[in-house]
Amino acid sequence: MPTPLLDIRGLTCEVAHHRILDRLDLTVQAGEIHALLGANGSGKTTLAYLLMGCDGYQASAGQVLFQGADLLALPMHERARLGLTLAWQEPARFEGITVREYVSLGNRRQDPEPALERVGLDPERYLTRRVDKGLSGGERHRIELASVLSMKPTLAILDEPAAGIDMLSITHIVDVIRTLKETGGSVLLITHQEEVALTADRASQLCAGRIVFSGSPRDTVDHFRGRSCVRCDGEVCGYVRP
Amino acid sequence: MSDLETLRHALPMVGAEPSILDDTGIAHVVAQGHHILSRRTVPGLRVELEETPDALIGQLIVEAGITIAQPIHMCFGLTHPTGVQQITIDVQLQEGAQARVLSHCLFPVAQAAQHRMQAVMTIGPGASLTYTEGHYHGLHGGMQVLPHATITVGKGARYFSDFSLLSGSVGHLDIDYRVDVEEDGLAELNAKILAHKTDRITLKEAVVLRGERARSLIRSRVVLEDEARAEITGITEAHAAGARGHVDCMEVVQGRAQASAIPIVKVCHPGAKVTHEAAIGSVDKQALETLMARGLSPEQAVELIVSGILR
Repeated sequence: MPTPLLDIRGLTCEVAHHRILDRLDLTVQAGEIHALLGANGSGKTTLAYLLMGCDGYQASAGQVLFQGADLLALPMHERARLGLTLAWQEPARFEGITVREYVSLGNRRQDPEPALERVGLDPERYLTRRVDKGLSGGERHRIELASVLSMKPTLAILDEPAAGIDMLSITHIVDVIRTLKETGGSVLLITHQEEVALTADRASQLCAGRIVFSGSPRDTVDHFRGRSCVRCDGEVCGYVRP
Repeated sequence: MSDLETLRHALPMVGAEPSILDDTGIAHVVAQGHHILSRRTVPGLRVELEETPDALIGQLIVEAGITIAQPIHMCFGLTHPTGVQQITIDVQLQEGAQARVLSHCLFPVAQAAQHRMQAVMTIGPGASLTYTEGHYHGLHGGMQVLPHATITVGKGARYFSDFSLLSGSVGHLDIDYRVDVEEDGLAELNAKILAHKTDRITLKEAVVLRGERARSLIRSRVVLEDEARAEITGITEAHAAGARGHVDCMEVVQGRAQASAIPIVKVCHPGAKVTHEAAIGSVDKQALETLMARGLSPEQAVELIVSGILR
């Protein structure tokens, strides 16, 4: 097996004295789209924040290697400069900052127009708009993805990238995820939507802060739907064997 | 360097080109202290200013139905470290007139100086005035600036003001504007200020919506660093059916700075509505982290967020 791009071992994290991640092991290979499924509260977003280095999320045990580097020892912007980035489930809004500036943030030499077109937004209509409350939630989500795409990250963590996106536009999101891979990147894809999860090469199910199943996306979706949680027996995640 | 040249050279500090003073199609007044250094007018515009030992006193009138195509530049300032400038001015836009005034208030070397502006503005029925006020108070923090104005927006008239002080020190700034808006009139007041060190700001803007369907927006953006202090008061009163007002105040506080926002809303008619929002705090954490997740350092991220807020 090649050395994983991301290698998580025994990762444990407590937030407000509550254990959210519990000795979690997970690997993501270079060039892989890895979907992460799990019920609400299972620890998916906490994992994303901890990997990115968000304030308030620190590991109490475990190790994370990213391209062989000790990720947890680095501040957030240095993790980003190594090629890691995160698209938030509810993206922030920025008064005064234009879509053009925002999409070019991670790569100023990159023309922002192709990235906007990829997410289904007309550059002519959007480039001069502000990334503020004048945009709908779905528009803001797409601009967030365009910004990630433009950065050409080594590993993009996408937290519910299709949340708030209309049914007809989900194909654009799927297209973005595939483009990230085609341009040499990897994706850790947190999603509840089957259509999006099935774009992955591999998938894992998270329950009560630990990976309880890994396999093909189809098998993982079926496992998740089959109420077959062997870890908590449904007490935490709500999925119980019939 | 002459006083006129000093003020010309300072114009870029407020985003203006010195060459506008040479353009014969653009009206202007340049005054140092209580002395007029240069002036030009255009058809339909009357500027009458009198030099006195204690003040510059006068009026600016745009005649009825006239549209002044190019902005009128009013450049006031002090070119010495100390001094006092008092401007008392009556601005009148007669019925149906339209004009844009760019007021440049320049105190590039002020160390212990004062600028007072006492303005009465009357925007006649159907007239429109855009009043953009750019300030530069130098680097020493010794400037005291007190712009006070009473504005009447007539029936169906429009008034837009935009105050900005975004580079150098503020010193002590005390703004007090009151706007009365009549039937179908519109008033929009914007203020953007970046303060540092021991700067002190008092910003009071009051709008009284007197007529039916009168509308207003008070919007302020203040960023405070170091030991700076600010008190922002946005008052809107609505007295008639269909009147609509909104107060939107955002203050970003960094270092040991302190800020307070006082939105006061008064509605005296069941068919009127006034809303307000005020946010005071440090830079939004998620916004900061989003930029850092794209590789910006914490310092670069704060700078970008602040520059966006003050645009």
